[in-house]
Amino acid sequence: AGQDVGRSCILVSLAGKNVMLDCGMHMGYNDDRRFPDFSYITQNGRLTDFLDCVIISHFHLDHCGALPYFSEMVGYDGPIYMTHPTKAICPILLEDYRKITVDKKGETNFFTSQMIKDCMKKVVAVHLHQTVQVDEELEIKAYYAGHVLGAAMFQIKVGCESVVYTGDYNMTPDRHLGAAWIDKCRPDLLISESTYATTIRDSKRCRERDFLKKVHETVERGGKVLIPVFALGRAQELCILLETFWERMNLKAPIYFSTGLTEKANHYYKLFITWTNQKIRKTFVQRNMFEFKHIKAFDRAFADNPGPMVVFATPGMLHAGQSLQIFRKWAGNEKNMVIMPGYCVQGTVGHKILSGQRKLEMEGRQILEVKMQVEYMSFSAHADAKGIMQLIRQAEPRNVLLVHGEAKKMEFLKQKIEQEFHVSCYMPANGETTTILTNPCIPVDISLGLLKRETAIGPLPDAKKPKLMHGTLLMKDNSFRLVSPEQALKELGLAEHQLRFTCRVHVQDPRKEHETVLRVYNHLKGILKDYSVQHLPDGSITVESILIQATAHSEDQGTKVLLVSWTYQDEELGSYLTSLLKKGLPQSTP
Amino acid sequence: QQHEDLSTKKLRLTKPSKSAALHVDLCKATSPADALQYLLQFARKPVEVESVEGVVRILLEHYYKENDASVRLKIASLLGLLSKTAGFSPDCIMDDAINTLQNEKSHQVLAQLLDTLLVIGTKLPENPSVRMRLVEVACKHLTDSSHGVRNKCLQLIGCLGPVEKGATKEAESQAAKDVQKIIGDHFNDQDPRVRTAAIKAMLQLHERGLKLQQAIYSQACKLLADDYEQVRSAAVQLIWVLSQLYPESIVPIPSSNEEIRLVDDAFGKICHMVSDGSWVVRVQAAKLLGSMQQVSSHFLEQTLDKKLMSDLRRKRTAHERAKELYSSGEFSSGRKWGDDAPKEEIDTGAVNLIESGACGAFVHGLEDEMYEVRIAAVEALCMLAQSSPSFAEKCLDFLVDMFNDEIEEVRLQSIHTMRKISNNITLREDQLDTVLAVLEDSSRDIREALHELLCCTNVSTKEGIHLALVELLKNLTKYPTDRESIWKCLKFLGSRHPTLVLPLVPELLSTHPFFDTPEPDMDDPAYIAVLVLIFNAAKSCPTMPALFSDHTFRHYAYLRDSLSHLVPPLRLPGRKLVSSAVSPSITPHEDPSQQFLHQSLERVYNFQHLDPQGIQELLEFTIRDLQRLGELQSELAGMADFTATYLQCQLLLIKALQEKLWNVAAPLYLKQNALASAAAKQILEETYKMEFMYSGVESRQVVIIHHMRLQAKALQLIVTARTTRGVEPLFGMCEKFLQEVDSFQRCFISELPHMQGSFVDKLLDLMPRLVTSKPSEVVKILQTTLRQSTFLHLPLPEQQLHRATANIIEPTGESDNPLRFTSGLVVALDVDATLEHVQDPQGTVKVQVLYPDGQAQLIHPKPADFRNPGPGRHRLITQVYLSHTAWTEPCQIEVRLLLAYNSNKSKASTRIPKSTWSESLEALPPSENGIEGTIPFSKPVKVYIMPKPARR
Repeated sequence: AGQDVGRSCILVSLAGKNVMLDCGMHMGYNDDRRFPDFSYITQNGRLTDFLDCVIISHFHLDHCGALPYFSEMVGYDGPIYMTHPTKAICPILLEDYRKITVDKKGETNFFTSQMIKDCMKKVVAVHLHQTVQVDEELEIKAYYAGHVLGAAMFQIKVGCESVVYTGDYNMTPDRHLGAAWIDKCRPDLLISESTYATTIRDSKRCRERDFLKKVHETVERGGKVLIPVFALGRAQELCILLETFWERMNLKAPIYFSTGLTEKANHYYKLFITWTNQKIRKTFVQRNMFEFKHIKAFDRAFADNPGPMVVFATPGMLHAGQSLQIFRKWAGNEKNMVIMPGYCVQGTVGHKILSGQRKLEMEGRQILEVKMQVEYMSFSAHADAKGIMQLIRQAEPRNVLLVHGEAKKMEFLKQKIEQEFHVSCYMPANGETTTILTNPCIPVDISLGLLKRETAIGPLPDAKKPKLMHGTLLMKDNSFRLVSPEQALKELGLAEHQLRFTCRVHVQDPRKEHETVLRVYNHLKGILKDYSVQHLPDGSITVESILIQATAHSEDQGTKVLLVSWTYQDEELGSYLTSLLKKGLPQSTP
Repeated sequence: QQHEDLSTKKLRLTKPSKSAALHVDLCKATSPADALQYLLQFARKPVEVESVEGVVRILLEHYYKENDASVRLKIASLLGLLSKTAGFSPDCIMDDAINTLQNEKSHQVLAQLLDTLLVIGTKLPENPSVRMRLVEVACKHLTDSSHGVRNKCLQLIGCLGPVEKGATKEAESQAAKDVQKIIGDHFNDQDPRVRTAAIKAMLQLHERGLKLQQAIYSQACKLLADDYEQVRSAAVQLIWVLSQLYPESIVPIPSSNEEIRLVDDAFGKICHMVSDGSWVVRVQAAKLLGSMQQVSSHFLEQTLDKKLMSDLRRKRTAHERAKELYSSGEFSSGRKWGDDAPKEEIDTGAVNLIESGACGAFVHGLEDEMYEVRIAAVEALCMLAQSSPSFAEKCLDFLVDMFNDEIEEVRLQSIHTMRKISNNITLREDQLDTVLAVLEDSSRDIREALHELLCCTNVSTKEGIHLALVELLKNLTKYPTDRESIWKCLKFLGSRHPTLVLPLVPELLSTHPFFDTPEPDMDDPAYIAVLVLIFNAAKSCPTMPALFSDHTFRHYAYLRDSLSHLVPPLRLPGRKLVSSAVSPSITPHEDPSQQFLHQSLERVYNFQHLDPQGIQELLEFTIRDLQRLGELQSELAGMADFTATYLQCQLLLIKALQEKLWNVAAPLYLKQNALASAAAKQILEETYKMEFMYSGVESRQVVIIHHMRLQAKALQLIVTARTTRGVEPLFGMCEKFLQEVDSFQRCFISELPHMQGSFVDKLLDLMPRLVTSKPSEVVKILQTTLRQSTFLHLPLPEQQLHRATANIIEPTGESDNPLRFTSGLVVALDVDATLEHVQDPQGTVKVQVLYPDGQAQLIHPKPADFRNPGPGRHRLITQVYLSHTAWTEPCQIEVRLLLAYNSNKSKASTRIPKSTWSESLEALPPSENGIEGTIPFSKPVKVYIMPKPARR
């Protein structure tokens, strides 16, 4: 879904793991282009060996439509992850899709019902916020995404690198679903959809009110209202909206819903109450909102009935099926109205009437004059530009990658994201690979003794600040360990080498050697109060473990040579001493 | 006093045994688990004040010996509990408690000990040196590695840190500064719980009066981006506090050179939190927004602003479109294709998707997923709109939108909000349309709230009025029970917009210039509704009656009588003004009626020199006057009734005392004393009414009422003494009475000086004699004192007195159709009543059902059945379940409302300091055992019911 909508399929390689996100089809094509090109993943060898898992975000066909083809016809036996509602509803939609393609259009070489069943057997269902270990290193976690029932965002994590894939999501709650939510998981990469990258929508209340007003007015005039919808998702929202409105206003005009898969799907909506919004969750004990009182099943014959009515019919873009039939019947009457609640792909009847065409050429050279009113109401449940920004703010990713949108619009959003969050943003085209550098942290084992010893030095540990430690990094058998130098030496069987620095400092002092030494001793004693400065009987001075000896210069008796010698461990003190001595001794009165 | 002494003695006896027992137990304990058990048992029992110290010593002793951390923990918590004991001053154990801290290794025990210190510190508020010491101790432990200990330390500093800034004492202000700095340092602690505790401690300091420094602001702002919700939530609060403290100081905007006021900046930041990830924070932020009234209007209006765009082109919001339609004068057709088509191109650079400012905060808040956030946002809108009319105008659209929310509470809340700001706004027609659509809502609360709203809304056009009327009538036909509420609503609507109603009159009355139209049905509620609207408008529009037809005038006269609260007096041509209403121009404090009240009372209180007959007459007249006054002047009704009741009591008492029976041997006058005992009984009842049925009664009145009750009890005692033979029952009664006198004295000790020469005053003088003397003598003394005592002056309370009243609206009691049900099963009777001036109706109001066989049933309505539509008013909508055995004929039952009272919970006993845990379980004084009772305070309503025998 790089820079276009439909055929969502993204391959992520994360720390050596390969994950495929979504496996969708494209509505616009009927040839090979309708499915993703799976040969791109691997030319030779089985997909099962290459992919660690497949994740499906929600049940829309542009996110799961190619799944049976992929798993059964191309061949994949690994795990497929999706949420419970998705798993329940997905096969219904796939079956419907198969029927239309095979039975209606008569295509061969398409997946069969059995293949759908086999495919669903490979599915592992996950709960919200449940962390699933795919293998030892790879784990995934689902977050609520709004959009449709069961839609989820997935966090994929290997070690400390992580990717969040949003699928489609919605940041404003609607009549039956809540808003998408994610915690501050700070992923390395956020893959976000961007369908409405350049839109900021009006408040949903105005939209709802407009919609209800239009329907109400038409019905009061005695007109018929046709609402083409996709069977699932928006349809349920609009149903609830109309149902509650009918109930509140005590209206009598019948509402119909074209039968078929809806009833089955509605059943699932009733079951997965926990996935819906606050209102439905709270009231379902008294009455399940999906048990409609006013909405009845539609029969073909009802379309010719006199009097007002409201009909929900599939499909949503008026390109075929029942909605188109009803549209043909009703188009001639200016009292009637058609409300397009969602996006229409170019080339469909829906798109044509929305762009203002009043004369349509139908199959068989018929010309259909459209007299009925045409309304467009955006009820699409995608996040708008503000919503996308809000999600980015919530998750705080280090990189953002935009998919599932149009290139021109993405460009705008990309620029905004970079400007406001100062994170880099990518928008690869189909088939393009984006490589993102992460800053992986590598866990290292440390022995407890060393840790305790090192933390004991210096101020109290503060988890927010990094702390410097001394130790030896051992890389052995593919593992990292931090041990003390002594132990490292022991383990590796090496002898310890001592590294000593020596330095000569020339000091102008005419006095005798031992007097000079005494002066140096007093001087150092005066300055380095915290250290143990000792004057040894053999005429040398030790500061901690640093040795200072003084000898007269062989040529000039007035110059004394101070020999300073220290080990590597005492480098800091040693160099400090040298620089101190280089400054010379204070002029003391004898 | 005597028995008090006794009881303290008793306590002293038990004291050593208790602490000793503990000591023995703890010594016996072989294992830590055992010791823990003993301690747990010990903790269940209260400890008296005197022995606390001893117990503490024993506990400490064991504390030092104990090796097990859990036992030490329990001891530490016990120490805290013990130092809470009322009357115990814990400064003596403070040193020990601090000492124990020194050697403690376990973090949990440390935290518990600090908690104990906190208790000790709060018990000693007047001791700054102790506090300083405790704060120092806390500071020392701030470096502890356990979050629990740090938490407690911060809490302690917050609660005890010095707040008084003595300008003279340099050192102290230094310390105060330090406290803030110490707490501020922990804003960056690694543990979120400690960060939260630090912010809370800071807030605590603020609450205690310390002025927080502005420097904290930037720190707090950083905390807004914290990972943990409780930290963010606390930080939002802190920012709010700071914005209230330093609203006008200037802060720079990062990444630019501009500067803005702090309150604006804080407002912007809190607005930002309205779109936080956690709903707890969102609720918090939305709530606080409401109280930031100093914010500049520019920022305020941004909160409702959300730039729309579609494919990078500017789009107008639906609100803007609606407004334009309206201002262009076009009646909303809304049928144009593409009227929401995007207009101009937007400069991509200029669009700021996440504004740092307040942009659209309320738009987001009102659309939030959780209704808690939406309600909070609506409340905040309400508060801000009340202080800014221009903002009120702007937020109207959004509020109207909220009328369609999916959750009823939110709808209700937004309707209430709208009502509160309604004097600032005028509704446009399209808005009115949406508002009125809600009238069809199936929820009664919503509809009634909406009626209330319409009562005080301004409508701009006559079409608006017409629309409102039509919708209200629709509402009336759909829900006939809303009748009263709709009429009331139309009354206000009419009187507010007389000029808008005027052009509508012919249409509404369906009069025709040439033809006579049929006379409408007078009983039609819809017709009455229209008339109510018109008559109220006509009150201030003298030209209107000219448009009325004959029958309208007739109907007016009828309605003026039957629904006088809805139909105002009109100056109609050719008719006299129907009632000479009291002119409202006189201001209340010059009110002659008030003066009259005072004068008549004055007169009564000076009656001492009158003869008994004269006193009685005077009282009777005054009572009559007062009662009449109460009927005439509704605002004085409470006061007049209250005093009348009191005088009535006095009258009864005087009458009873003048009975001849006192002079004659008792057995002969058994009949006559019925009057006296009845009087005593009635006085008792009346005093309870006085105490519990009026709101606004002050303690001064309560004393007098109690005093009257005491007199009545004395009377009762005398009457019984006269009529009963034998002495035994009298002993108990006398003792009981004396106890009551005693408790009266204890309750009202401060009021006694005002009661010179009264019954109680005299009685207390005679107390030593009474206690020792025989019952017969007691009775004699009582009788004489009762006669000699003066009549106490009842001071009037400063504020208004209101009598609790109830009115049962439903059932109406008019129905002739009996409610039939099968005997043995239940039938639900809907009861709808309005209550006025009832305090705590949930606890006190009961429904009583009286069956014809004398059986009475008392029903406690659920708390949720009470609604509160306005201050002092309540509405009870409940269902009463009735059941009975089969009857042969339908019969009437009575339903009435009762006000329950409990003299234990009376205003008098709340004045006694609440007993603490150590005392509460050791028996209360017996006289405190209250008398529970009920006062009927509504007219009974009769309901016809018919339980049928069950068919087999």
